[in-house]
Amino acid sequence: MLEINSLRKSYGSDLVLKEISTSLAEHEVKVLIGASGSGKSTLLRSINLLEGIDDGQIFLDGQDITEVGINPDEVRSQIGSVFQSFNLFPHLNVLQNITLAPRFVHGVAKEIAVTEAMGLLERFGLGDKAKQYPDLLSGGQQQRVAILRAVITRPKVLLLDEVTSALDPILIAEVLSLISELKGEGMTMMIATHEMGFAKRVADQVLFLHQGEILESGTPHTILESPDTPELKEFLNALRDAGRL
Amino acid sequence: MSYEPSALRLQREEARRRVSRHSTVVALLSTLAIGAVLAIVITGAPGFKLVRESFFNPHYARTAFPSVLSGLWLNLRVMIVAEIFVLIFGLLIALARTSKSPILYPVRLLATIYTDIFRGLPLLLVLLLVGLGVPGLQISWLPNSAVTLGTISLILTYSAYVAEVIRAGIEAVNPAQRMAGRALGLSQSQTQRYVILPQALRKVTPPLLNDLVSLQKDSGLISVLGAIDAIRAAGIETAQSFNFTPYLVAGALFVALTIPLTRFTDWLTRKQDRARVQQGQW
Repeated sequence: MLEINSLRKSYGSDLVLKEISTSLAEHEVKVLIGASGSGKSTLLRSINLLEGIDDGQIFLDGQDITEVGINPDEVRSQIGSVFQSFNLFPHLNVLQNITLAPRFVHGVAKEIAVTEAMGLLERFGLGDKAKQYPDLLSGGQQQRVAILRAVITRPKVLLLDEVTSALDPILIAEVLSLISELKGEGMTMMIATHEMGFAKRVADQVLFLHQGEILESGTPHTILESPDTPELKEFLNALRDAGRL
Repeated sequence: MSYEPSALRLQREEARRRVSRHSTVVALLSTLAIGAVLAIVITGAPGFKLVRESFFNPHYARTAFPSVLSGLWLNLRVMIVAEIFVLIFGLLIALARTSKSPILYPVRLLATIYTDIFRGLPLLLVLLLVGLGVPGLQISWLPNSAVTLGTISLILTYSAYVAEVIRAGIEAVNPAQRMAGRALGLSQSQTQRYVILPQALRKVTPPLLNDLVSLQKDSGLISVLGAIDAIRAAGIETAQSFNFTPYLVAGALFVALTIPLTRFTDWLTRKQDRARVQQGQW
């Protein structure tokens, strides 16, 4: 589904991704962990082409999406992205936010897009919020709407970038349960998160990023219970001290 | 269970009422005092009687009113036509200036030069240059009526201001919004149209309306080209009677015309400020 080969990316002389290689099979969920600045966000933003890369290749369904001359809008229309700060469009209500991409990117008729969006909202307990504007929603509701906005177009891959970092614990739970439900439906996802309990629950594989490199990868159990590298041990200890593991 | 306000609450409310009564009295007294001072200074001026006679003469106000009013009808038409074109051109120029497409580079360059020039040129000069220069070219198909050329001058000047206001609005929209739009697969222009512009225009509506108020009163300047608008009509009346009251009539009519828009602008600004405070973005 998604394959990343020797990805390199630098800002000026600062090398933020060094030789990243990994892949994502259909229905697979990979979770990226690592300290802030380890390159998690940059990796996700490279995949949906919001960041230009220096070297390496990214294949989506066998097609090299980093090739010169590729239409980035076309690529992004097949990838769902959700950000830490929600980024809902404040001038549009919930329904309009969700139907924007189906209507204008995928050419779905308005009535069909609305029916489908209402179905999604109802299913995730947000049906009564359809006509509300984002300002009036809680952070958890906003982030759930942002996730539905990203999945309504049935993307091949869903990228989630620290989507719970701006939320308090109760709101985190409702967002995470939505993501678990998407996993149950077979959504292919790459998730950057600081929620280790959640990583354990949804991840097929966990990647530990440290200074732009994948230092360790494996099942959640091996990564979290028996770390090999001193860097990962230190990271896990820090999380434990902060009461987050 | 019915709520019985505590003594503490009643005491606080009483204190609040006291403060508000006090403020009202202070405001009233200070208004009266300043009013009295102004009245004494103005009516006590040595030339006051003469000024009252030549600027506030009810007789001349009545006789000049019909012709000044019909002149104002011309101002009204000019301002409406100008406002429509100013909004269209302003938007197009703002879009050109904020676009990053290389094919639009020459347009961007022209738009920058245009806004630089017309924001710097006094409107009066534009009016004289366009109003006297264009007919001077003696090209038969170019318009040569004072009204048309005056309106074109207003459009030229105000489009530059409005373009800058809209551009400021576009640049004030959080860049994360553009990123979110592109991440959904929307193209550059779709993102601009559905995500950025609606937010930008909402942000700049108050300053935009402010420019339109300014345009409305400046429509009186087309009188320098000889168009018989309210000011010109007042001038004609004054020339016959040697009394300046008609100018005051024209002034009062202009103010009456712009007040609804200024009040609306203030109301909208307050409403937006309140919303921002409530959302905690201040």
